[in-house]
Amino acid sequence: MKKIYLDYAATTPVDSKVLKAMQPYFSKDFGNTMSLHSFGQSAKVALENSRNTVADFINAKPNEIIFTSSATESNNTALKGVALNMPKGGYARHIIISSIEHPCIAETAKWLSRGYKVTKVPVDKYGMVNPKDIEKEIKPETILVSVIHASNEIGTIQNIAEIGRICRKRGVYFHTDASQSFGKVPIDVKKMNIDVLTASSHKIYGPKGAGLLYVREGIKLVPLLHGGGQENGLRGSTVNVPAIVGFAKSVEICKKEMKSESVRLEKLRDKLIKNVLKIEDSHLNGHPQKRLSNNANFWFSFIEGESLIIQLDLKGIAVSTGSACSSFKLEPSHVLLAIGLKPQEAHGSLRVSLGRYTTEKDIDCLIDILPGTVRKIRKISPFKNF
Amino acid sequence: MVNTCSTLYTKEVMRHFKKPHNYGKIKDADGVGKVGNIVCGDVMHLYIKIKNNIIKEIKFETFGCVAAISTSSVITDLAKGKTIEEALKIEKRDVIKSLGGLPSIKYHCSVLAVDALNEAIYDYFVKSRKLIPKDLKIKHKKIKKDREIIEKRYKKWL
Repeated sequence: MKKIYLDYAATTPVDSKVLKAMQPYFSKDFGNTMSLHSFGQSAKVALENSRNTVADFINAKPNEIIFTSSATESNNTALKGVALNMPKGGYARHIIISSIEHPCIAETAKWLSRGYKVTKVPVDKYGMVNPKDIEKEIKPETILVSVIHASNEIGTIQNIAEIGRICRKRGVYFHTDASQSFGKVPIDVKKMNIDVLTASSHKIYGPKGAGLLYVREGIKLVPLLHGGGQENGLRGSTVNVPAIVGFAKSVEICKKEMKSESVRLEKLRDKLIKNVLKIEDSHLNGHPQKRLSNNANFWFSFIEGESLIIQLDLKGIAVSTGSACSSFKLEPSHVLLAIGLKPQEAHGSLRVSLGRYTTEKDIDCLIDILPGTVRKIRKISPFKNF
Repeated sequence: MVNTCSTLYTKEVMRHFKKPHNYGKIKDADGVGKVGNIVCGDVMHLYIKIKNNIIKEIKFETFGCVAAISTSSVITDLAKGKTIEEALKIEKRDVIKSLGGLPSIKYHCSVLAVDALNEAIYDYFVKSRKLIPKDLKIKHKKIKKDREIIEKRYKKWL
């Protein structure tokens, strides 16, 4: 049975060119970047070349890029690093985030709320943050605003440039989690007034184990990892050169293919959305236009998400859901609740995310199989109007 | 590549999920048990037909996850052909054992299946105006109380 992967928002396979670029750094150029001998220096050159590539992609300076192990680490560092450094002095302890952040931001903010005040700005039914709502919440004690650039769940893309402009005007640092948008949507940290930014390697056909944190020159952070002085003293730990080289290579590929890939995926995504919405009692989650080119998130009445995705997995199609039963906390997705879905509606959600290796045939297959699968599950449910 | 759900659910659970036993409705059922809550994401309706004190026919309708559907399916296997007294002795551990195990986070689905069966039998006693066993009365009271707590908690969503 042919397996079709449509969960690119969760992770992506490593591109063969990326794998090739990483190869020498496992056993040939394996040196520790802090070593002074030629083994170390050769690894250091690869690290710095990678840094230049990545910085250039978002119009940052190389010394503004810190490599981390993941977006989760970058997000933790962004919030804890900025907050714990008390940029405006001890009295200023207010942080603003949106209500649809990824758990690594939401949970970090929750942890910080023991000593900091955290305000969660609501979103509209499409998951859009109104920049004016952020402006309303900014006080003299506000030190940081963090808003996810594009939602990993519903795909909605925020007006980051406008939020950045407001934060810059009001003298507050602005962080954005760009894990899903980096490599898909053009980002210019200078033009968009972004002070701190998170990105992830394994979302763009790079290896797991590498992330980046952009920190605008002049902004000080408390490191998460104290140690040997790597990454300008901001992230102790022997640098994972192969993963970072892979990350940089995947960025290089994105630079060339981002635009055309975006157009290709949008067409496939829109074909999928158009056809799925023909299913009775089906709805699209997220903004109809301002959404990631590869994301389609739906909810179906009287369907439980785990059942749906397992039925699809049995037929070889890999997708995901925001249903409570599929989470470890037995709570439905906070993002779907934030856009106004009732829990019983959030249970019936399906997230499809396309990628580089998705073909039109794959989409046609899902379009073909989904209606019958939805019907089958509704047939054994007590809510049988279908 | 590993098989579907191999680290989550047993082969037996998946067997029931792929081809659930006895799903459907009995229009002229002697007893109907309705448990669960759509806000929580688990709803089971269980229908029984009784003849000479034996569960002759049993069917279920379930809105829920893989565990919910497979516990519903397996409890119909466990209860079918049993006397009412035997059926009332079925516990959640029997359900879990018949499925070869469930992840602990899904144990509540087995509880729901047992509750649905008890409620269906309770409903049969009420409809047929027979004397309700004391234990069953206690079980019913608890299920009713739990339902009221959940309905109150999720009032705004219902």
